[in-house]
Amino acid sequence: MLWVSRKTIKMNYFPDEVLEHMFFFITSHKDRNSVSLVCKSWYKIERYSRQRVFIGNCYSISPERLIARFPGLKSLTLKGKPHFADFNLVPHEWGGFVYPWIEALAKSRIGLEELRLKRMVVSDESLEFLSKSFVNFKSLVLVSCEGFTTDGLAAIAANCRFLRELDLQENEVDDQRGHWLSCFPESCTSLVTLNFACLKGEINLGALERLVVRSPNLKSLRLNHAVPLDTLQKLLMQAPQLVDLGTGSYVDDPSSEAYSKLKSVFQRCKSIRSLSGFFEVAPHCMSAIYPICRNLTFLNLSYAPGLHGNELTKLIQHCRKLQRLWILDCIGDKGLGVVASTCKELQELRVFPSDLGPGNAAMTEEGLVLLSEGCPKLNSLLYFCQQMTNAALITVAKNCPNFIRFRLCILDPVKCDPVTNQPLDEGFGAIVHFCKGLKRLSLTGLLTDQVFNYIGMYAEQLEMLSIAFAGDSDEGMLYVLNGCKKLRKLEIMKSRFGNAALLEDMGKYEAMRSLWMSSCEVTLGGCKTLAEKMPRLSVEIINESEQMEFSHDDRQKVDKMYLYRTLVGHRKDSPAFVCIL
Amino acid sequence: MSPENGKILPENDAADLNFEATELTLGLPGKSRVTSDGGAKLGNKRGFFETVDLNFGDKDCGQSQIDVQEAANSPVSNDEHRVQVEGWPPVRGFRKNAMTSCKYVKVAVDGAPYLRKVDLEMYDSYQQLLSSLEQMFSCFTIRNYLNEKKIIDHMNGIEYVPTYEDKDGDWMLVGDVPWQMFVESCKRLRLKKSSEAIGLAPRTPPKCASTTERSLN
Repeated sequence: MLWVSRKTIKMNYFPDEVLEHMFFFITSHKDRNSVSLVCKSWYKIERYSRQRVFIGNCYSISPERLIARFPGLKSLTLKGKPHFADFNLVPHEWGGFVYPWIEALAKSRIGLEELRLKRMVVSDESLEFLSKSFVNFKSLVLVSCEGFTTDGLAAIAANCRFLRELDLQENEVDDQRGHWLSCFPESCTSLVTLNFACLKGEINLGALERLVVRSPNLKSLRLNHAVPLDTLQKLLMQAPQLVDLGTGSYVDDPSSEAYSKLKSVFQRCKSIRSLSGFFEVAPHCMSAIYPICRNLTFLNLSYAPGLHGNELTKLIQHCRKLQRLWILDCIGDKGLGVVASTCKELQELRVFPSDLGPGNAAMTEEGLVLLSEGCPKLNSLLYFCQQMTNAALITVAKNCPNFIRFRLCILDPVKCDPVTNQPLDEGFGAIVHFCKGLKRLSLTGLLTDQVFNYIGMYAEQLEMLSIAFAGDSDEGMLYVLNGCKKLRKLEIMKSRFGNAALLEDMGKYEAMRSLWMSSCEVTLGGCKTLAEKMPRLSVEIINESEQMEFSHDDRQKVDKMYLYRTLVGHRKDSPAFVCIL
Repeated sequence: MSPENGKILPENDAADLNFEATELTLGLPGKSRVTSDGGAKLGNKRGFFETVDLNFGDKDCGQSQIDVQEAANSPVSNDEHRVQVEGWPPVRGFRKNAMTSCKYVKVAVDGAPYLRKVDLEMYDSYQQLLSSLEQMFSCFTIRNYLNEKKIIDHMNGIEYVPTYEDKDGDWMLVGDVPWQMFVESCKRLRLKKSSEAIGLAPRTPPKCASTTERSLN
């Protein structure tokens, strides 16, 4: 934050160019927003000099207003559907369409260079429109989006002459069996990032090889399952400068020529710091990777259920510099012990379930405790497990006070402490008490209002809270709303919070991005009251049931409510099953 | 979402019955559940869970989830049960699909004490799959009756109908959808005794028989 002392500098005589130059060094969105609030002239200078804008809810503002305020916009990040859409709680047709944004930007004189979208609906038409509208377009990042096919990718490949980045993360893409990779013209030599790991279909391997050969700046390459090991070897020969690699299908006979070539080429890849992929994996081929392991800072094996036990731990024992690890629960508690004794630099761990069946979750509190004892720098956790105890959580909180993100998912969502039969209130209470910088928290297990009392009291930096199957009464939700001053996103499913909690402090929601409540106790009447009193909120009721009619009974409980602050009133693109009050 | 069927609820002494009967659980039946004598707090929680769970089956909610009362009354035929709750577990659809597409699925047979596992990716058609099942449970042969796949146990003359649980948790008859679609959505297989297969999703009507037949190859 830039502080200017009034005694030493008179703002009136401070040239704009100097301010603009200073603002150039202020890059965080928060700081930029603060700068713009200082005074009118700072607002004006900031506005013209702003190049990157982040919009956390695409319905909170319109593209026209964005363009009007920031004519120098080069990079736009947009998020669409609420987070719980990831878990199938939001129907596909709900909204979050990117087309109107691209259309508006194309009409304006904005020289868009970068577009980053999360949970939005992206059609092939949008992609084609995008590819033809911005001469200097360089970077497209799509995360958890849907609605497009490889035809759309072909348009991007063909028309974006200076494309540097095409990064597709976990999108639902329809494969049209076209040769989108072949659509990159021979003149395209600017690629730095190419990530198509999420594509399900076949890939033109020859086109891929030729593309990599003519991309000397390629730093990040993530392949999909259709790229076999021997192609991987050929690609790495051409791109030993890679920093981030996602393998395709990692299966071969260890005695094959391709495999022995791969082993020697891995030894030349001194720059790889990040490794992922392994959609199919032959455990006996993992030793080829050992030379890279010692420099890895990020390792993602969360799509490799074929790796267990010894192979897995042997691999990890080579990764002494690891900072981020994404893994399946095949690793087990003991495996986490190996991580704890090897990866002293570990900051982020995500343990995903390998089997969603009942009673099959492999992790318990023991693994987490071991980890916390060995990795004090841990600051970000996603942990799917079978059970958790208060004692373990308290130990973890004391061992790792640096948590910024703490997401615990006990697969049986209302399971209490199996040792004491108590709710997990005390355990989570310790987390929020000791981890003073906690910004994101997801809770599961048997939880009463008491845990929310703790959260309201101690979680001063909390910005996002996810609640499921928790709490006893409206008190719980009120503790949170009254206590967490920095709360931006609150999402609640299947908890006993109702109108009293919803309506107590309605102004709070204007200081937040959004609130999601599904299968709770709020009624239609409560939501209507809120919508009436707060015109700058959009209160959406999502009703997917067979009866498409919305009941007019105010006492009816609302299935799904999503509300968010907005400067542009109700959106016009909502489908029939969404009612905006 | 269609209602879950066949959830077994352990019989316990009356003090625990309500709590355990209505507790949302993903655990196996008969597994030792936590009893609710852990203090007054949990005693109070019983009321909460009853109410909450009854709400889940509440038609006013407009969405059908677990109807615990119904589940309590239906006969037990599975040795494994799962509570399907919308939005749970919180795993991204993309990841869920990636996990199930190359996984083994369990095969259960009504009346058999053991399960087997098959890798659906190993087969190209329903015929191959059913032949494999025939070998696994060696006393069965497969007989095509009209367009329906049935498996006959000659030893005891019992007819089995192959069924499967799909991604949405619904139990379907094997053979209705194109093979690839089946592979992608099948989570586990069950050979149900013919008499118990009544009430599953209806088959395609006879006039579409030719389409069904094509799709089965």
